[in-house]
Amino acid sequence: MSKHAMADAAVLARRNLEHIRQLPEKLTNVTIQPLMFVLLFAYVFGGAINVAGGSYQEYLMGGILIQTLAFAAMGPAMSVATDFQTGSIDRFRSLPIPRSAYLLGHFFAEMLGAILTILILLGTGLIVGWRTHTGFLEVGQALLLLLVFSAAVVWLGLWLGIFVRSPDAVMGIGFVVVFPLTFISNAFVPIESMPTVLQWIASVNPVSVLIAAVRELFGNPVTKVTHHIWPMDHPVAAAWLYSIALIVLGYVIAQRRYRSRTLD
Amino acid sequence: MHETLTPVPNLGSAPTGGVTTEGLGKRFGDLWALRDLDLAVEPGTVLGLLGHNGAGKTTAIRILTTLSRPTEGRATVAGIDVSEHPGRVREQIGVASQQATVDDLMTARLNLITVGRLRALEKADAGRRADALLGQLDLADFATTLVKTYSGGMRRRLDVAASLMGDPAVLFLDEPTTGLDPVSRNQLWDILGELVSRGTTVILTTQYLEEADRMADDIIVLDHGRTIAHGTPGALKSQVGGNRLDVTLAPGADLDVAVRSVARFVDREPMIDDIVLTLPIRDGVRSVEVLRALDDAGVDAVDVTRREVTLDDVFLTLTGSKAAPDEPDDADESDRQPESGTK
Repeated sequence: MSKHAMADAAVLARRNLEHIRQLPEKLTNVTIQPLMFVLLFAYVFGGAINVAGGSYQEYLMGGILIQTLAFAAMGPAMSVATDFQTGSIDRFRSLPIPRSAYLLGHFFAEMLGAILTILILLGTGLIVGWRTHTGFLEVGQALLLLLVFSAAVVWLGLWLGIFVRSPDAVMGIGFVVVFPLTFISNAFVPIESMPTVLQWIASVNPVSVLIAAVRELFGNPVTKVTHHIWPMDHPVAAAWLYSIALIVLGYVIAQRRYRSRTLD
Repeated sequence: MHETLTPVPNLGSAPTGGVTTEGLGKRFGDLWALRDLDLAVEPGTVLGLLGHNGAGKTTAIRILTTLSRPTEGRATVAGIDVSEHPGRVREQIGVASQQATVDDLMTARLNLITVGRLRALEKADAGRRADALLGQLDLADFATTLVKTYSGGMRRRLDVAASLMGDPAVLFLDEPTTGLDPVSRNQLWDILGELVSRGTTVILTTQYLEEADRMADDIIVLDHGRTIAHGTPGALKSQVGGNRLDVTLAPGADLDVAVRSVARFVDREPMIDDIVLTLPIRDGVRSVEVLRALDDAGVDAVDVTRREVTLDDVFLTLTGSKAAPDEPDDADESDRQPESGTK
């Protein structure tokens, strides 16, 4: 990555951050919404859900973290789709900046948003009684895993933004994909409480693996594995593999789609 | 009166660069949006691209600004081949597109500074240049206002300012004055005139033929992607004849009879717009002769205006219909572009 590209990406990232400063409600889905989820699940549904080996508050945090970061794909997708719709992309393409700078700028800004999200969620978790029970290295690894997963989600979101024809389509496609992925998982209830078919789906769902890995690294309750497949039996290793594979996939398809949509 | 333009501190002054194309063409699927465009724009001159929606103007601009690749032919901007060295071309150009692509969620000043920084200006230089341009385009009082509160005309002026941040050798303006009030339009024309006098080459598309008449040294009229006329405004006007007589007929007048009765006074087909006949009259024909002929044929004429030929007439004669000032121009071309490029 050239120094020039990084400098231009920083200028473009500042543009995105300025958008957030002027329109803070853009961050609602990664700040207020997850905060509400934590409070809602911890105090409204929490009493009705039994988790073996610990409190529901501690079980919940891994699920909320991964779910929120997965939904954060909408942010970059909306921004990029809007740039294409308004023609701003042509302004940047007519400037003497490296091709990679535009997407990198979005990536940097969104990663700052992801860090903010993680901090807000962990802070709220501490307030409702969530604690870690592992050492510094495991907690650090969990935080790093969350960041790497965020990076993968941002690249996939950037791809989605270039893929769709209008910003309106982002929410529709995003919800159709992300909603079932995060809810048919171990995010909010143990897999063993689901019907058999859903247990299978939840067990092979990478989201379940990522959540299980975060719980394990934080020392929070990890519920019974109902179907012994390698990723669910080795969630930390599998979560790293999934996250790195998703980063590579997201980066490659975002760059490829950007090239094909901007070279006519 | 606007302030005098100042060069960008670290870019020197008086940028120069012409534009050439040879057989330039662009095809989308089976449709040729542009075909066989040949240009030779001298540095420090203005080329006006005229045409209806879908005529190929925006396609030509998009190729020359490296946003689109030609299907055939070759183009150079400031002596640099647009296909071979698009990055170097971008260092030489400024672009103001039809959509006024300024950022609603930033102030005008920050919009310009962002563009300046992406043009490798130091922060302080970008700030100074932004302030100067905001002053020149009469936006200084709104420099720290969010652009989303701007009127259409203010957005357009800011977009032009953004295109000038890098002191470009070649400036591409896609309908720069659409939506501007007459005062702002004149102001922008003055600024463009000043830039051109300093050596900047300008290529502009416009729906205002008056604008092309005033600004352009050379005009190309495009129709369905092809060049149908090329020349100076004066040459184009002389190509379609001398004077025009606009005759307003009484409602219900027989147009066929009217046209037949004045046939001997015109040197080409009259144009009819509702009840107004525009007659390209031969040299030496007096208005009263035309009126008398209409009267003899029983056609009631309620008003007559004699005038010199305008670019509107040129356009009308060459394309067979009027320019469409109320319609967005060439939106079709971006719509028709496929998702992944077809080359």
